[in-house]
Amino acid sequence: MAIRVQIPTALRAFAGGQASVEVDGRTVGEVLARLTERHSELRRHLYDEHGKLRSFVNVYVNDEDSRYLQREDTPLGERDVVSIVPSIAGGKGWCDR
Amino acid sequence: MIEFGPGVAEAIRKHGEGAYPEECCGLLLGRVVGERRRVETVIPMLNARTENRERRFLITPDSYREAERLASARDFELIGFYHSHPDHPARPSEYDLEHALPWHSYVVLGVREGKAGDCTSWVLAADRGRFEPESLLVS
Repeated sequence: MAIRVQIPTALRAFAGGQASVEVDGRTVGEVLARLTERHSELRRHLYDEHGKLRSFVNVYVNDEDSRYLQREDTPLGERDVVSIVPSIAGGKGWCDR
Repeated sequence: MIEFGPGVAEAIRKHGEGAYPEECCGLLLGRVVGERRRVETVIPMLNARTENRERRFLITPDSYREAERLASARDFELIGFYHSHPDHPARPSEYDLEHALPWHSYVVLGVREGKAGDCTSWVLAADRGRFEPESLLVS
């Protein structure tokens, strides 16, 4: 089942310059896996060195943050749209939070 | 290279001074032609952090989505983001690096004792290992 994935401005250069791509998958995790198989340069920006989604990478299903659904196990239907949405964080210093 | 159109630098400085001693943050909207980025307008954003706002800022994912819609509606690109470093140099921190996105410009304003100081711009290196300085031109 082809699912449309919306790519934020920051990552379009790593997805063939496209604002959205279609990949197969039945869950959020499957879609992300296919997406990063096809566009491997996306991986380092989406996942940390432990293979976990970076803290500032949010994945929405339609208008819902998948963290409040079933995260990467969230099931998808053919009309669902997956969006990668960053949050922007920063600040002075070295500390963790 | 990033270029600030009229009023952009002043708007960032004013926001940084107004938010002091907390960090301010906002969006840079404009046009990109080849390697040249021209910021036409800024949109001050709410620092969504509920604690440590004097050393951290946050723009929520919902605000990011809205920013992209806004940029598109005005035929602009979301070029990047600005934030202030109160009583700290205008250089990105390790925390900034850890949370950075590629491609975007990150403008950092130093604010010392409530007065705006240096303003610098940076872009994340392809390997995520560092920020590269970006030439900043104020027109």
